[in-house]
Amino acid sequence: MSTPSEPVMPPRITPPAEEPRVEGAALAVEKLNAWFGSNHVVKDISISFPKHHVTALIGPSGCGKSTFIRCLNRMHEVVPGARVSGSVLLEGDNIYAEGVDPVRIRRRIGMVFQKPNPFPTMSIYDNVAAGLRLNGTNRVSVLDAAVEEGLHLAALWDEVKDKLRAPGTSLSGGQQQRLCIARALAVKPEILLMDEPCSALDPIATGKIEELIYQLRERYTVGIVTHNMQQAARVSSFTGFLLMGELVEFGATGKIFTNPKDSRTEAYITGRFG
Amino acid sequence: MRSSRSRSGNWGDRLFGGASLGFALLILVLVAVLVGELAWNSRLALRAFGPAFLWSQNWDPVQELFGALPFIYGTLATSVVALLISIPLGLGTAIFLVELAPPRVSETISFLVELLAAIPSVIYGLVGLFVVVPWVRTAFCPSVSAALGWIPIFQASPYGVGIFTAGIILAVMIVPFITTVSREVLLMVPRSQREAALALGATHWEMVSTAILPYARSGIAGSIFLALARALGETMAVTMVIGNRPEIRASLFEPGYTMAAVLANEFSEATSDLHLHALIEIGLVLFVITIIVNGLARLLLLKLGRTTEGRS
Ligand SMILES: Nc1ncnc2c1ncn2[C@@H]1O[C@H](COP(=O)(O)OP(=O)(O)O)[C@@H](O)[C@H]1O
Ligand SMILES: [Mg+2]
Repeated sequence: MSTPSEPVMPPRITPPAEEPRVEGAALAVEKLNAWFGSNHVVKDISISFPKHHVTALIGPSGCGKSTFIRCLNRMHEVVPGARVSGSVLLEGDNIYAEGVDPVRIRRRIGMVFQKPNPFPTMSIYDNVAAGLRLNGTNRVSVLDAAVEEGLHLAALWDEVKDKLRAPGTSLSGGQQQRLCIARALAVKPEILLMDEPCSALDPIATGKIEELIYQLRERYTVGIVTHNMQQAARVSSFTGFLLMGELVEFGATGKIFTNPKDSRTEAYITGRFG
Repeated sequence: MRSSRSRSGNWGDRLFGGASLGFALLILVLVAVLVGELAWNSRLALRAFGPAFLWSQNWDPVQELFGALPFIYGTLATSVVALLISIPLGLGTAIFLVELAPPRVSETISFLVELLAAIPSVIYGLVGLFVVVPWVRTAFCPSVSAALGWIPIFQASPYGVGIFTAGIILAVMIVPFITTVSREVLLMVPRSQREAALALGATHWEMVSTAILPYARSGIAGSIFLALARALGETMAVTMVIGNRPEIRASLFEPGYTMAAVLANEFSEATSDLHLHALIEIGLVLFVITIIVNGLARLLLLKLGRTTEGRS
């Protein structure tokens, strides 16, 4: 149960100016291209996601953000007619190399979607346990511990600990999204990708999830897509700006938002288009 | 302006509401009239046998002894056999069509399956008589009873016609309902549900079993009840292959009889008023069983639907 006085993180509109410290890349993307049929949607993007940082991708609607991020855990190819070229190195190994099983990649790189999508026939508990059960974990003690940890990490435990058997869809929209985050985290991925995780939520729920994302960087590498620039500024240490399928600019979030190099980035963040 | 429009809107609403209520009531009245008419026309049997009609196993027009249990058993047993065969077959086909088959193949097979539903049941009866009955007699029954004959329901029988054969024919007849409806339901599972499972590291089959089938379960249950309703009432094809013997035997390979079949066979040549009334009472029982099955289906769907929908 959420208490009314629960603090919502004050928006840090001005991001820290100093350059964030980086200890290597969790995910290095090289010359990534993606197509829907003949529609070339992601064009030659190279970018790396520094370990234990939140990296945001911003850009106007339709610029290919979702498509790009779905290439990073091999979800793009589940759409009929979709195609990818280029490489994505996860701890140095190309996830698009011959013979790599996309199922194993997706277990290491979790994903949270735009609209909360809990499994409607499952309880809160079973939703969080779903990924573990897929991995063949059925021991109740292990599941109990993992479910509790996942819900703690998603900052949902206190609100649901007394009704773990209630249907996942009985929660509010914001809680459902945190449930989806818990579900993704329960399988202990190395990287968490989020595609506009707050776009379907109200400001208070958004604040909670932003706070959560900000804290997740201590344990995970996070990639987040958003078209909300304030959100990128609040949660990320690095930001990439995409326009029509190309990466226009990438750098420390502080730099991108205060002193962008490219005039198109500047036009976008000052609200002159997009 | 505004008030006049809303008043005319109210008028339309009221008219529409009244008309819908009227039609709903009309259907209720129709059902009541049907039950009443069946009950009235079976009054002699109702009076003569009372509730024992339901559990008496005698059906002897010569001695004017009538009991419905062999027919009730035959109807339920053939329907259960049909469901046991057609659920895996129909659901498996639907999953194959939606998840695995290339679009072209899927279209073609869907068309063929729908065609199955359009074949007249007397044709099924003929195919059953000329193909399935000999096959059960010479191949299926001997091999099954050789292996599982120690289980009473699989005891050997020399006939070929019987409960099990009728169940097979019924299964083929109701598979299209299960496949067609389940396919529609599976197609309606949102992409977000598929992706939720895939993103957790589910294989294709795991995605089907953890995300798709549970999401679609109330629709699938609906398709099964539709098929069951069809199986309970099917007359012609069953009559041709069930053997038409009003007895209850342990083995599913023995001949039996169903409610619909005895009505069709004996109605036009009923020897006495009591015989006629007993037959009509069987019609009444069939009608009531169908209503009960449908009611249970509604309840189940309501329960499944409630947990499925929730808040989104
Ligand atoms: N499933 C799809 N099939 C075909 N084209 C698609 C599909 N999804 C997106 N697209 C196209 O790809 C482009 C990029 O879309 P998307 O990656 O969703 O952009 P964003 O997330 O930045 O709004 C758009 O032009 C869109 O029309
Ligand atoms: Mg998008």
